[in-house]
Amino acid sequence: MTALWIALGVVALVVLSGIYLFNRLVSLRNRVDNGWSQIDVQLRRRYDLIPNLVETVKGYAAHERELFEHVAEARARAIGASTVGDQAQAENQITAGLRRLMAVAENYPELKASQNFLALQEELTGTESRIAYARQFYNDQVMLLNTRIQAVPSNVVAKVFGFTPREFFDIEDPVRGPVRVDLTHP
Amino acid sequence: MYEQIASNRRRSVVLVLGAILLLGAVGYAIGLLTQQGPAWLIFGLALAVAMSAGSYFYGDRIVLASTRAREVTPAQEPRLHNIVEGLAIAAGIPKPRVYVVPEQAPNAYATGRDPEHSSIAVTQGLLDAMNRVELEGVVAHEMSHILDRDMLVGTIVATLIGAVVLISEFFMRAMWWGGVGGRRGNDQGGGPAAAILFAVGFVLIILAPIFGQIVRFAMSRQREYLADAQGAMLTRYPPGLAAALKKIAAASSIPMRSANNATAHLWLNQPSRVQGERMGPLERLFSTHPPIEDRIRRLEEM
Repeated sequence: MTALWIALGVVALVVLSGIYLFNRLVSLRNRVDNGWSQIDVQLRRRYDLIPNLVETVKGYAAHERELFEHVAEARARAIGASTVGDQAQAENQITAGLRRLMAVAENYPELKASQNFLALQEELTGTESRIAYARQFYNDQVMLLNTRIQAVPSNVVAKVFGFTPREFFDIEDPVRGPVRVDLTHP
Repeated sequence: MYEQIASNRRRSVVLVLGAILLLGAVGYAIGLLTQQGPAWLIFGLALAVAMSAGSYFYGDRIVLASTRAREVTPAQEPRLHNIVEGLAIAAGIPKPRVYVVPEQAPNAYATGRDPEHSSIAVTQGLLDAMNRVELEGVVAHEMSHILDRDMLVGTIVATLIGAVVLISEFFMRAMWWGGVGGRRGNDQGGGPAAAILFAVGFVLIILAPIFGQIVRFAMSRQREYLADAQGAMLTRYPPGLAAALKKIAAASSIPMRSANNATAHLWLNQPSRVQGERMGPLERLFSTHPPIEDRIRRLEEM
């Protein structure tokens, strides 16, 4: 009789802790999804910003056509990207292109002084840092989720219910990364 | 962090209960003093409950109004809005409302009851003096207060203490002016019992503001270090806040007109009221903030 109670107790404990672990995994997965949608929102804001920025710089430096095309191309590729890895690669190209664009702008004092350009510059800096923060939040949550999926005992629950590790979003840090202006390849 | 949130919720409850007890006791003492029975006790308790509810639901608005903060739009302050939005994303909370306080001293605070109802206010002086990285450090510090629910306790304390100090000051003055009449009453046959009650009441009324000071003192210091560290975790760049604190320390002689005792603990750095005011030993004892040099040192060691 006592043995039966003990057995029942153990079963109840296992079920309850299973539910607990499952719920933790679900909430982490939702946070990762939320983090990704945040990144998406911020990246979209940057896509919207690029044509404006290009137009403004074009007004002063029309002959930099190659650079404008390069940026537009990178933007199109990023919008079409489907996996986290592809997206990260395309975003890095955009970042590189925008840095060159800003470096070009340095040569035109009138452009640099124009109100429109200053507002766009603030918007770009803000968007870049928001992308960095969204990435930071997303990667933190991915790390927590992946740890839970791989660590004992939640790995058992993760396996049963098909939780899979997520991919980190690895892009160059647009805010505090060293500013390298690459003029060697298009 | 979750322990911090739980501890802050506990503190808020204790504070509210403490305020109810304190005001009840003050009300009781005044009741005895004026020989008008339990009416004052009931009044005190009702006032405490009303104040607690008010400080929970409207505390942020009271604090913002008392510092004369005005809300700014993204068009008015694009840099500040961009920074707040970025750090809200990093912290994983909704974007707080953004306010600017028209003061020249660089300073900032956060208020509200939970991350969904939170506000960050910075002074005009802070906006003028800080570069982007420094401003980010400051906003991240305030964002940490929101994450940890420090601003819930801080706001409740600000409104409750503000009210308690105000009420006890009111009665101190009333007693001072009414004292002449009271003494005349004693001569007519109040006896020693009334004198003792008068003394007890007097002590209670004197104690009330000191209580307030002690409660506030007990709250603030450790959590400032914690918010510094957590803020550095959000920006991943401790030197930003360290540089901002250095600038704030250098400008600490600039007075703040809207600073008062009830809201001093909310600010990033202890606001000074008078030009070039030096802290006396008693003020140091009741000071709500750790020495700014110490905070800078800890950030630089990270």
